Amino acid sequence: MMILSGDPPRSRVLTLVLVVIILALAATPFLFPGAKALNVAAKICVFAALVASYDLLLGYTGSVSFAHTMFYGIGSYAIAIALYGMGPNWAAVATGIVVGLPLAALLALAIGLFSLRVAAIFFAMITLAVASAFQVLASQLSWLTGGEDGRSFQLPELLRPGTVLISKSLFGFEINGRILTFYLVFAVSALMILALLRVVNSPFGRVLQAIRENRFRAEALGFRTVFHLTYANCLAALVAAGAGILNALWLRYAGPDTSLSFSIMLDILLMVVIGGMGTIYGAIIGASIFILAQNYLQSLMGVASKAASEAGLPLLPGLLHPDRWLLWLGLLFIASVYFFPTGVVGRLRNPAGDKGGGSH
Amino acid sequence: MTDLAATDPLPKPKRDLAPILLPVALALLMIPLIGSTSSWLTLTAASLAMGMMIFIMASGLTLVFGLMDVLNFGHGAFIAVGAYVATLVLAPFAASIQADSLWMNLAVLAPAALLSMAVSGALGLVVERVLILPVYGQHLKQILMTTGGLIVAEQTMYALWGPQIIPMPLPASLRGSFILGDVAIAKYRVLAMLIGLAVFIAIQLVLNRTKLGLLIRAGVENREMVEALGYRIRRLFLGVFMTGSALAGLGGVMWALYREQVHASMSDDLTVLIFIVVIIGGLGSIGGCFIGAILVAMVANYGGFLVPKLALVSNILLMVAILMWRPRGLYAVTSR
Repeated sequence: MMILSGDPPRSRVLTLVLVVIILALAATPFLFPGAKALNVAAKICVFAALVASYDLLLGYTGSVSFAHTMFYGIGSYAIAIALYGMGPNWAAVATGIVVGLPLAALLALAIGLFSLRVAAIFFAMITLAVASAFQVLASQLSWLTGGEDGRSFQLPELLRPGTVLISKSLFGFEINGRILTFYLVFAVSALMILALLRVVNSPFGRVLQAIRENRFRAEALGFRTVFHLTYANCLAALVAAGAGILNALWLRYAGPDTSLSFSIMLDILLMVVIGGMGTIYGAIIGASIFILAQNYLQSLMGVASKAASEAGLPLLPGLLHPDRWLLWLGLLFIASVYFFPTGVVGRLRNPAGDKGGGSH
Repeated sequence: MTDLAATDPLPKPKRDLAPILLPVALALLMIPLIGSTSSWLTLTAASLAMGMMIFIMASGLTLVFGLMDVLNFGHGAFIAVGAYVATLVLAPFAASIQADSLWMNLAVLAPAALLSMAVSGALGLVVERVLILPVYGQHLKQILMTTGGLIVAEQTMYALWGPQIIPMPLPASLRGSFILGDVAIAKYRVLAMLIGLAVFIAIQLVLNRTKLGLLIRAGVENREMVEALGYRIRRLFLGVFMTGSALAGLGGVMWALYREQVHASMSDDLTVLIFIVVIIGGLGSIGGCFIGAILVAMVANYGGFLVPKLALVSNILLMVAILMWRPRGLYAVTSR
């Protein structure tokens, strides 16, 4: 249990689900052939880490930030600009990491010191404003960021799809640079999630939960709440930037739509709430559900929409149109905030259901 | 405490004038920076018009927060709904919109605006009952619930009206500008200013001269006390929420006409501006919201003219500067 920091899933079903998800992700290159399955798996890994870092903020400190994609974008852009400008070599990757991570942490520090002293509601509004300004900035500094087009770049030799590491004749599977990149993404995401699990189960994490439950009381006990909140904000920003780096490495591209847009922020919110706030494990579940729905629910809805329009029903074809999948997830989101605030993980841990048990 | 005789008038609260002088000072400061008086006048008129529209959209939000401690992250949805509903009226009567007669234009515009307000107000009723009622007093859940509402509303609008941008041409008589010497002021901006001012005065009169306004102001200051005196503050709040939603709908129509187009995500950028305005003004303060809206619009217009690259970032700088000066906004009304 060392590796889980003494915080196991605490439910047999949940453990089973998690094990299945992780094994499926790990074995995707061999079980599900094709580029789409591998893309979906990599995206689940990246978003699981990103959502887990958001959970540190939302679930453990109870502060709503709308600037999380900004940090994600900083990571993406740092690595993209470095690889674009310095050419596909490892020094560029290192530069991107060395520049991107501290930049994200510093910005988080500035925002935290400026706005975490006030109520949660101020923090939410200020992060929203800062994030939207950053988005405009990124699209306007086109000499650096490539504007709306973003930056495409090449990976170092070792990580390219053309690089064959183990040829097909050996195991019957070809291990190439693409699969190596996938395992890099998988391993780093797993490490970041485990690190977050470590953080929330440390004494520091307990203080965060105390602040969430009653900030005044935590302060009265002698904890410097602003320090703790800002620190948590910086940690979350670091992991988000790390996830951004992985995302850019996987896509070989960084642009406003894939790493900065407000819709990604909403996606993160949906994932963390549906998965379960304040559990870290919820991030894995939420990201899996959401991204599977995003990629496979749409085709299902297409079929349903067609059937509805053939049956001549009014309005329904429009509502079931594949592009409207977010509508249904939005409804699910509202329902889960209201009926099961602890998300899927909370339900699985406590199937009897303490109705509306969320106390914060 | 000084002693007061029963006949003495109550001590007047001190008038806080510094925030009012702020936009005036900013405008005057810009004269030498911009150089030409005519472009300064045009820019100032543009800022005032834009400020009024933002004020109309933001006023409901700030009142709702002040009165009931509810922050509606889905406020932008009402703006887009208002604009879409207006197209329902404006599209069939396109002929009378294009006629070059102010009265014929207004005869279509006014019902369109009223219908928009009615629909977004009714939607406000639904949102308050369904989304906000279950989560009173829980900030985190309010933010999540209303954000979820925003997603659903936006997607429903896409489903109903499609993802394309709907054009919304200005009526013929409101196109063009008034020319005074070498100063050109767009006619529509004058109308926007007039409507904005009318809304501001109406809100101020209701808040300061009627019993309803007295209750609302009392509720902002101390909710429990008003409840203890036997008034149903929930119902009062529902009324304020619906009015705020209706005003957002009106603002949406005006903004759509200003931009001459309607789109389901038109409110995304506006929501950010509105939040900045509400924070600058001090949550719950109508006067602060009015000044904040004008300041934000001024910074956007002057800034767009002087340093175009900084347009949105400059608003953040403005917010930081104001919060450094007064950490709770220009007028801190609530104790929260």
